[in-house]
Amino acid sequence: MTRPISITLLAKAGPHLGRGLGALALAVLLALPLLHLLPAEHALHVSAYTLTLVGKILCYAVVALALDLVWGYAGLLSLGHGLFFALGGYAMGMYLMRQAAGDGLPAFMSFLAWSELPWYWYGTSSFLWCLALVVLAPGLLALAFGFFAFRSRIKGVYFSIMTQALTFAAMLLFFRNETGFGGNNGFTDFRTLLGFEITAPGTRAALFLCSLALLVGSLLLGWRLAHSKFGRVLTALRDAENRLMFCGYDPRGYKLFVWVLSAVLCGLAGALYVPQVGIINPSEMAPTQSIEAAIWVALGGRGTLLGALLGAGLVNGAKSWFTVAFPEYWLFFLGALFIVATLFLPKGVIGLLGKGDKS
Amino acid sequence: MQRRSLIKAFTLSASIAAMGLSWTIQAAETIKVGILHSLSGTMAISETSLKDMALMTIEEINAKGGVNGKQLEPVVVDPASNWPLFAEKARQLLTQDKVAVVFGCWTSVSRKSVLPVFEELNGLLFYPVQYEGEELSPNVFYTGAAPNQQAIPAVEYLMSEEGGAAKRFFLLGTDYVYPRTTNKILRAFLLSKGVAEKDIEEVYTPFGHSDYQTIVANIKKFAAGGKTAVVSTINGDSNVPFYKELANQGLDATEVPVVAFSVGEEELRGIDTKPLVGHLAAWNYFQSVDNPVNSEFVEKWKAYAKAKGLPNADKAVTNDPMEATYVGIHMWAQAVEKAGTTEVDKVREALAGQTFAAPSGYTLTMDATNHHLHKPVMIGEVQEDGQFSVVWQTEGPIRAQPWSPFIPGNESKPEYAVKSN
Amino acid sequence: MPAIYPFLLSLALFLLPLTSEAGEAADFAAASPARQAQLLEHWAATPDPTRQPLLDALQHGRLAVDGARRAFIERDGRLVAAEGDAPPEGTPKKLRLNNRLRGLLATAQASHRLLAEEPEVRLAAARALQKSARPAQLSLLNASLARESDAAVRDALALALANLQLADPDPKIRLGAVRLLGETGEPLARTRLEALLAPDAERDPTVRTAAETSLAQIKRRLLFGELLGQAFSGLSLGSILLLAALGLAITFGLLGVINMAHGEMLMLGAYATYVVQLLFQRHFPEALALYPLAALPVAFLATATVGMALERTVIRHLYGRPLETLLATWGISLILIQLVRVLFGAQNVEVANPAWLSGGVQVLPNLVLPWNRLVIIAFALFVVALTWLLLNRTRLGLNVRAVTQNRNMAACCGVPTGRVDMLAFGLGSGIAGLGGVALSQIGNVGPDLGQSYIIDSFLVVVLGGVGQLAGSVLAAFGLGVANKILEPQIGAVLGKILILALIILFIQKRPQGLFALKGRVLD
Repeated sequence: MTRPISITLLAKAGPHLGRGLGALALAVLLALPLLHLLPAEHALHVSAYTLTLVGKILCYAVVALALDLVWGYAGLLSLGHGLFFALGGYAMGMYLMRQAAGDGLPAFMSFLAWSELPWYWYGTSSFLWCLALVVLAPGLLALAFGFFAFRSRIKGVYFSIMTQALTFAAMLLFFRNETGFGGNNGFTDFRTLLGFEITAPGTRAALFLCSLALLVGSLLLGWRLAHSKFGRVLTALRDAENRLMFCGYDPRGYKLFVWVLSAVLCGLAGALYVPQVGIINPSEMAPTQSIEAAIWVALGGRGTLLGALLGAGLVNGAKSWFTVAFPEYWLFFLGALFIVATLFLPKGVIGLLGKGDKS
Repeated sequence: MQRRSLIKAFTLSASIAAMGLSWTIQAAETIKVGILHSLSGTMAISETSLKDMALMTIEEINAKGGVNGKQLEPVVVDPASNWPLFAEKARQLLTQDKVAVVFGCWTSVSRKSVLPVFEELNGLLFYPVQYEGEELSPNVFYTGAAPNQQAIPAVEYLMSEEGGAAKRFFLLGTDYVYPRTTNKILRAFLLSKGVAEKDIEEVYTPFGHSDYQTIVANIKKFAAGGKTAVVSTINGDSNVPFYKELANQGLDATEVPVVAFSVGEEELRGIDTKPLVGHLAAWNYFQSVDNPVNSEFVEKWKAYAKAKGLPNADKAVTNDPMEATYVGIHMWAQAVEKAGTTEVDKVREALAGQTFAAPSGYTLTMDATNHHLHKPVMIGEVQEDGQFSVVWQTEGPIRAQPWSPFIPGNESKPEYAVKSN
Repeated sequence: MPAIYPFLLSLALFLLPLTSEAGEAADFAAASPARQAQLLEHWAATPDPTRQPLLDALQHGRLAVDGARRAFIERDGRLVAAEGDAPPEGTPKKLRLNNRLRGLLATAQASHRLLAEEPEVRLAAARALQKSARPAQLSLLNASLARESDAAVRDALALALANLQLADPDPKIRLGAVRLLGETGEPLARTRLEALLAPDAERDPTVRTAAETSLAQIKRRLLFGELLGQAFSGLSLGSILLLAALGLAITFGLLGVINMAHGEMLMLGAYATYVVQLLFQRHFPEALALYPLAALPVAFLATATVGMALERTVIRHLYGRPLETLLATWGISLILIQLVRVLFGAQNVEVANPAWLSGGVQVLPNLVLPWNRLVIIAFALFVVALTWLLLNRTRLGLNVRAVTQNRNMAACCGVPTGRVDMLAFGLGSGIAGLGGVALSQIGNVGPDLGQSYIIDSFLVVVLGGVGQLAGSVLAAFGLGVANKILEPQIGAVLGKILILALIILFIQKRPQGLFALKGRVLD
């Protein structure tokens, strides 16, 4: 895998098919929220279930994309991206809890007999501050962590295990009731967002469109980055960091930038995820969740942005389907899927497409 | 060929659910019943048997002609111990499969996750596990115990002469909401009974904790200060290492009894019980309860486990949440019969005051207003054969107090179910 | 039950003679729990050898009561009347004791055993009474002490007596008792002395001073025991982490496979132990105690076979693509977990400690070292030694090291790299299987067993330095001890979080782990 693989689906598959597919997918995704607004009896009505399910997968796709930026391009396998995702989710959750509680304290706090908000809840009733938190919380944590890690030139599996330790520690911390984030029960029972009923079809459609916009936005951003000089430096960094340094580059800044960017994208995805699924709890920080995210990327095709999206969609779609179709045996299918994909699709599912015109 | 498979994959992922996802093909005129228990992931250990128990009960009702002349049709899904997935599956059961009622959830967080969905869609959930209370939704019926139906009677027993007249209490739990709340209630209760602050110690461990050396040493140290009892709200998997350590460090039940709220017959199957004889558990039902309804219930379950080839079928046991599941399904069926429809609002009305002769040997009543069952409380002692022998029980079923009077601020909470906002 | 009832009962008991004509067994059988407790206390103060069979029957749950509330003792599967020879009316039911009665029964047993012939039995009885003696037994203990000939038993009795003498009206006797208690390291003695030192409890100044000295003495001993206990638990936790991680140190450390299925190898090892236990229960019940030893080779071979099969079918294709091994082994892990769940059920299965691994050795009054933990520490060291020998003193080890250092060069020198890979992966898996046997003796055995150890295992290997056996050993014990030092200070939850934070900081200092490979290679 040391040879830089060609980056895009389009380049490999020829412009026509790729563009056609992309446009088709985008059109379908754009149509979904609109169809959801139709009355329930209408034949083309898209149910809230479908909409939230696809919305959830869109958020996961952003995570996959963000992870692919650091792993596929900069060669930093993070096993702790769930943490950034959850932090964004918690920031949004704080706002939603405050909205649901009105003037009082969030339900879980009055239940702990706390009489006032802890300091870090200050200002969370303001949507703008929450948006800032969505960006700042994962961003600053990633900045601090990345700064030290890249300064010490921690690489490869050491980096992966450290990110895993980080998310594991955070999970234990958030599990505690005393931490002030609702413990294991997390945040649930949201009511309104910016004054709109969270269960109203309009709100759902809007959230869905936001997720879609975030996804398309991150895709374009990733695209620009990957095709700029910056992207090529990153790829060089992944493949031969030392040689890059001998050429006079200081890799720290590059790594730090893409690392923080990736964390912020995750945070944004988390913030959109929470109002759609209706719960945020520390299990999002469980190391297995982050490993799963890595698997989406690997399955779809590392180092190709579309591959990451495809992986997230495939695995989560498969999971939703398998858990109903074969509740007792779905893990066999999922496991087998991973093994088969690694053995026969070394470049991920996206690699299938490139096979035809590969040299 | 490859291109086509990619297209297939793409459409699958993007529009998988648009196709409807309802997998089961059914005959006409059945009532669909959702079963929402984790069959994989960390909670599978507890929840799998509840799924089987629900299926057995449904089979039993169907064999008697179903409900309102219609057969019940179970729809089993696996939320995989993943809390957002619980909400997703609940929505799916209610909107795609259009089930009349859902039996499911174990952890509080899973219930909290699905609750908004049930309230939004006006569904009906039966929740079969003991929990910390502090909740009362019109769309949920709680067939497990509230704290006053389990924790408080257990501590009262420990304080009694017969229970060893404990003076000091070591409250040990896993660090999450149920143990924290239960211990909060217990602390307030103990203080009200004149136990001094210095005689209560609260200790928490992280999830999946497996090294209890320090904690058992601390219990020993604490117990040197007077007759001590341990109240354990350790969850699931951590119990085995805890009890093993307890036994190996030579702390037996006559010296320091441990009363547990999450250890039942099912959990004891994974523990060598010989060193544990005398330790206690508080529940509303034990398999060893001696009455005709229960012997029939246990027989039926064993036969079912054998017939379906469940793993370890020869050692199949029943436990409290299984009984609560069984009672819940029967009560729902009775209410549907009474209402003549599966419409949620009518069934909810019909459920108030519904009674059922339960395997616990009591006729249980669904409270007229608060959606909880009136349940008897029993304290059981662990026996060598992995069963409990009941050493104490309340005279009759007691009413649940979902809003514990020992938590300040609960006085103003309504005694009937209202949507949380 | 109304509160007045026990009170009335005790009043009635006080007025009535404590033993009636019907005989003690019948009395006990017919009594309420409260009166049963009084009978036991009475028996504890007035031991009588003829009562021994009754006490034994009670202790072993062999006393049954028939419809007429008469007592029967079960002997060799038959019920024999405890008194008289009347046949039982109806089916007699076993008499069940509760914890309180069991405690009182143990005290009564101890005072009866003071009458035994053998000094060891008397010694054990006296030791038991040190904890549980009640004021009513004062004269009994005095009498026993007076006629006791064995020095050890005398000492033990004197100590048991001293506990009761703290309440003696004579200050001289109290003084003696206080001094005697100071000699012990008993946690209970500490509580008693502290009670004595409470304001207004002890008026005699000499006794007070002596009590203070004794208390300080006891506290010192207790502290010593506590520290020793902490050190031991740290070592024990370290040995468990080591056993969990050692297999990974080979499959990941040496072969470079990010082996997410490592935890499942531990789990398979534990299930192998369970199966061996079942086989022993069915076919060789007389040798059941030896099942953990038999489980060792079985678990090793079973997991090694599974490991080799996986290596040949899946992992073989992935060398040189380490991150992809993450994906494949994660898939393997999912399949193995669900497979076990389908075969053995989602619930935990019971793996019992055999007698030689249960209980513990009392080193100090406040320090018990459990046998299973002692054996596991020794076992961990044994496995480390074995692994080291295999890797450094055998041809296979040489080949493994050659292949991991430079695969192509090794192949050129004629090392069959494929075979070596397979054997090395099998070895790592087998060692994980051995770890699983050990883990089954302290924790639960269920499908998720591996999941709870996988993170810790990776931390140990990475902290020690990938590819460094010695590093893993040091990291495991270091983590264990650090964890156990932190836990009493800040609690188990924060302790664990702090440890993780410390690991992150430590890696900043030493980005290659404790033992970094020294070399000049730069990629």
